[in-house]
Amino acid sequence: MTSIDVSSSMRSTTPIVGSQAGTAGNLDEKVSVRGVDFYYGDNRALKSISVPLYDRRVTAFIGPSGCGKSTLLRILNRIYDLYPNQRAEGEVLLDGENILNPGQDLNLLRARVGMVFQKPTPFPMSIYENIAFGIRLYESLSKADLDGRVESALKRAALWNEVKDKLSQNGLSLSGGQQQRLCIARTVAVRPEVILLDEPCSALDPISTAKIEELIDELKSDYTIAIVTHNMQQAARVSDRTAFMYLGELVEFDTTSKMFTSPVDQRTQDYITGRFG
Amino acid sequence: MVDHTHKAFDTDLQDLGRMVAEMGGLAEQQISDAADALDRRDLAAAQRVIAGDARIDALQREVEDNAILTIARRQPMAVDLREVVGALRISNDLERIGDLAKNIAKRVVVLDSEFRSQQVMRGVQHMTELVLSQIKDVLDAYARRDLQKAVAVWRADEEVDSVNNSLFRELLTYMMEDPRNIGICIHLLFCAKNIERMGDHATNIAETVYYMIEGKALTDERPKGDTTSSTMVPFDA
Repeated sequence: MTSIDVSSSMRSTTPIVGSQAGTAGNLDEKVSVRGVDFYYGDNRALKSISVPLYDRRVTAFIGPSGCGKSTLLRILNRIYDLYPNQRAEGEVLLDGENILNPGQDLNLLRARVGMVFQKPTPFPMSIYENIAFGIRLYESLSKADLDGRVESALKRAALWNEVKDKLSQNGLSLSGGQQQRLCIARTVAVRPEVILLDEPCSALDPISTAKIEELIDELKSDYTIAIVTHNMQQAARVSDRTAFMYLGELVEFDTTSKMFTSPVDQRTQDYITGRFG
Repeated sequence: MVDHTHKAFDTDLQDLGRMVAEMGGLAEQQISDAADALDRRDLAAAQRVIAGDARIDALQREVEDNAILTIARRQPMAVDLREVVGALRISNDLERIGDLAKNIAKRVVVLDSEFRSQQVMRGVQHMTELVLSQIKDVLDAYARRDLQKAVAVWRADEEVDSVNNSLFRELLTYMMEDPRNIGICIHLLFCAKNIERMGDHATNIAETVYYMIEGKALTDERPKGDTTSSTMVPFDA
């Protein structure tokens, strides 16, 4: 196995940000990560990360295992707050407001920034309740309105036609791909602004993966999406911007087309062409 | 460059490069054999050039098949993707160069005039040498990933154009002098044009090599010297 030249990565802490990365269409930054460090106890897992998530665009985070990409995603809805000894420093601006502020309402934040995990995690309850449960946490709706919201969320997640006749069945009875779409529907149901996808297809077959990717294409017209994936082709297919991370640093950030055809940093090149890892 | 973790990928890319290099060597040989056959009006040599083109065509299909298979199997990215696309493009150019050499050989077979002009033949030879050196240099640039050499080839097409322009004027004069020369002079004009087109393919290859190395297109304005398409023919009324 060939390993990367660590000395060069230690030397450079300034990421390469492509000149075209943010210019096309004068994109708005929905989320701005600025100088963020993250610690698991004393272990500094992220080193001064600065990266934008553009409004209604898909940003992919790629990099070898342990590079910090999932850690970064977990900061964006402060899910790390659930665990002791984990802390983030720096700024993460969501529409200009720093969500790392101690006074941040975490429930509200997680309604605005939804997350879908690697393994489908439906609740052990009916398909209907899987969606309605989250909505009820934030809103009190009439039965008719709630039905409408459940239906529209399932439609948005391209699952409605497959489950409309069995809404009372247990969510766990669905196939893996359907379960993952149910989780996306659950996320969409509370009308978030940002959706975080942490390797959403790694446990799915190619057809289910294609359905999720089709869904991402559709969802990006309404939501800002960040996706962590180990599948380079998936990053190339679904994202507009790609960030390559290595050893807790952001190495390069650019338009996806540039990153996958002519990246600038040698480490990016080696990673995406399968020359190390 | 560091090897791929999956070594078979390196072998795939090396095989593509080797096939392109082999095509290049064959194309060079075809050009010099065709020019030689033209110079000596050697029908047997011309027939050999015509038959020899099949090998280049077969290699081009092989490059194409292997490139498609590599894309399907490995999903190449970045420099690897450019390498595969480069091999496809260069093999197309080399195949066209082979066709142009074959076309010269075909004309040798049908030349039936005693017309000979030392000056015209010297011009054709000179053009052939220039183009052969262009092709050799650009194939070197490909094999060694030599950016400067590729750019040098890309810029150096002007001289070929200028020899072609003077041949064009000269052959026009011969045709106007004696209509019996028209047939052979037209053939010779096409031979010269074929050689000039080979030079154009060499500059295409240079552009591809540049893209393979740099990941972007060569966008400067290239000096162009072929004026034959805008030359007026003065006929006396």
